[in-house]
Amino acid sequence: MDTVIDAHNISKVYNPETIPVYAVNNVHLHLKKGEFTALVGPSGSGKTTLLNLIGGLDKPDEGNILINGIDITKLSANDLIDFRLHNIGFVFQSFNLIPVLTAKENVEFIMQLQRINKKQRDERIKQLFKEIDLEDKLNERPSKLSGGQQQRVAVARALASKPKFILADEPTANLDSKSASNLLDIMDKLNREENITFLFSTHDQRVIDRARRVITLVDGRIVSDTAEVSTKHEDADMKH
Amino acid sequence: MWMIQMAWKNMWRNRSRTIITMSAIFFAVILSILASSLQDGIFKNLVKNVVSFYTGYVQVHKQGYWNEQILDNSFQSSVYSEKKILVNKYVAGLTARLESFALASSGEITKGCLVVGIDPEKENIITLLKDKVVKGSYLKDNDRAVLLSEGLAERLKLGVNDTLILIGQGYHGATAAGKYLIKGILKFGSPDLNEKALFMPLPIAQDFYGAYGRVTSYVLALNNSGEMQSTATDVGKALGSSFEVMTWEQMIPDIKQHIESDSNSMKNIQGILYMLICFGIFGTLLMMMVERKFEMGMLVAIGMKKKWLIILLLFESVFTVLAGCIFGIIVCIPLVYYLNRNPLKMGGETSKAYEEFGFEPIFPTSIDAANFINQGLIVLVIGLLLSLYPIYKILRLDPVKAMKR
Ligand SMILES: Nc1ncnc2c1ncn2[C@@H]1O[C@H](COP(=O)(O)OP(=O)(O)OP(=O)(O)O)[C@@H](O)[C@H]1O
Ligand SMILES: [Mg+2]
Repeated sequence: MDTVIDAHNISKVYNPETIPVYAVNNVHLHLKKGEFTALVGPSGSGKTTLLNLIGGLDKPDEGNILINGIDITKLSANDLIDFRLHNIGFVFQSFNLIPVLTAKENVEFIMQLQRINKKQRDERIKQLFKEIDLEDKLNERPSKLSGGQQQRVAVARALASKPKFILADEPTANLDSKSASNLLDIMDKLNREENITFLFSTHDQRVIDRARRVITLVDGRIVSDTAEVSTKHEDADMKH
Repeated sequence: MWMIQMAWKNMWRNRSRTIITMSAIFFAVILSILASSLQDGIFKNLVKNVVSFYTGYVQVHKQGYWNEQILDNSFQSSVYSEKKILVNKYVAGLTARLESFALASSGEITKGCLVVGIDPEKENIITLLKDKVVKGSYLKDNDRAVLLSEGLAERLKLGVNDTLILIGQGYHGATAAGKYLIKGILKFGSPDLNEKALFMPLPIAQDFYGAYGRVTSYVLALNNSGEMQSTATDVGKALGSSFEVMTWEQMIPDIKQHIESDSNSMKNIQGILYMLICFGIFGTLLMMMVERKFEMGMLVAIGMKKKWLIILLLFESVFTVLAGCIFGIIVCIPLVYYLNRNPLKMGGETSKAYEEFGFEPIFPTSIDAANFINQGLIVLVIGLLLSLYPIYKILRLDPVKAMKR
């Protein structure tokens, strides 16, 4: 399988001069195409920081991050913006959408930034709204949508640019459990049927249960990774 | 194109804020257009008054005449020196005058008066003297007749077709005396002129004073009043040091001062207006940037280049400012036009000063399109300059920090 994310030895230190906080401490992370991974850990464990580093929103103090073989830590700020546009889909905790644009326009917006032509945009919008099951809300402003519906539109927008993977920082944190499980259903389906790669952070046990790989962070370090456990088991099985 | 649509939608995200900003700009544009067209109008009106009043734009005298206005300081009029003046491309025309004092008598009553010998046709072209005739008719070239100012006529209890006797001291101390028909009565705004002035054809005046071929001044008409100063300098150079060339500003500096102080107070008003516009727009931009910080961080995070974000914001600023400007200008056009036709009357000090010089104390607005365009452009430039603040903020925007809650 193709490697999508390959992070080596990355660290991020806040306040290095006064009281240094190792928000991310010497992390190695390897993600393959089609993975559906949850990043978990207590509050302040560094989940957001790690996602920001991988998403090229922030630069690590140490280490390299390769995305599809490109070291994003070496890109200029301006090139990084373009890199994000073409390679990474983002879903944030809330306020993902531009309030003055309709649901459809929000999704179309990112494709306009990519200079995709009108015909292709329309086709993609049709397909995406079908997948998030909001074909009837195409022309609603975000304020007319529920929190769950807004997050689904955000997922559609993240997908619209055809990124290599989608990063979602606590996408369900502001949702009730029904909306949360509905959003997970959609993400899950996209992952299974279209092999979309997801990496999301969460606190919610029910969301964690839906993940196929769970990485746990504590104090900026990875303390467990179910992928490694399973490979170790495989190794162990092989030995027997 | 979609950026323009988005900018348009963004403008209306906070409807009342946009409307408040637009109306602030709207009123500011109206006020500053009014202020500047008033200033311009007053200036032009004054200059017109001054020029048609008496002095003209520029006068040529014998060196020293202005300080000691006596016949002995007159000079020999010559086609040669007239030509030297007329070759200047900004000089449209020239008329000669011979001015001096005399006693005017109706037989019973005697009053001091200012005798002005003129070339009736040329004088009229430059100072519109014919328009000031209220009774009788204007002079012809060789009429042995005079035009009397209204006040002087009243004091002497004389009217049109009556005869007047003039007695004075002529050139080089000769005695001057003569009897003249009153051909018309003139009305001047200036009390000074209205009480004293008396006009007669130049040859008749030269004959009266025994100053044959002599004049005290050439009054110049210009075809470009903006070039007045340089024209005066050039004419001065051409004529040499035996002549003095003076602009109206030098001859009547009080008026010049009044114009300057008026235009300074207008400039202060405009300065305050521009400051208000600045604060208003800046406040709006500040609020907007705080309000949209998260969203802008999000846009940069998902891959919107800062360049595009800046263009988007510039569109928004330009639309808002332009809309305010254009509405302001549209409302101003009839307003300024009305005030041009129905000028404001002024009072107080200025009014007194104006009346002293014989000017109607009115404030007509100028309907020069430049006033509209300049003020509109100034406000637009202010808006764009203030947009540097959001541009600066966007350039420094860090999506992670901007999206921190
Ligand atoms: N800008 C910053 N300056 C200083 N310290 C920071 C900054 N951002 C994060 N931190 C610190 O880094 C550590 C990791 O923070 P981070 O937000 O990544 O945790 P998290 O796992 O996302 O927490 P949560 O579950 O509450 O979202 C925390 O100790 C936090 O206080
Ligand atoms: Mg977090």
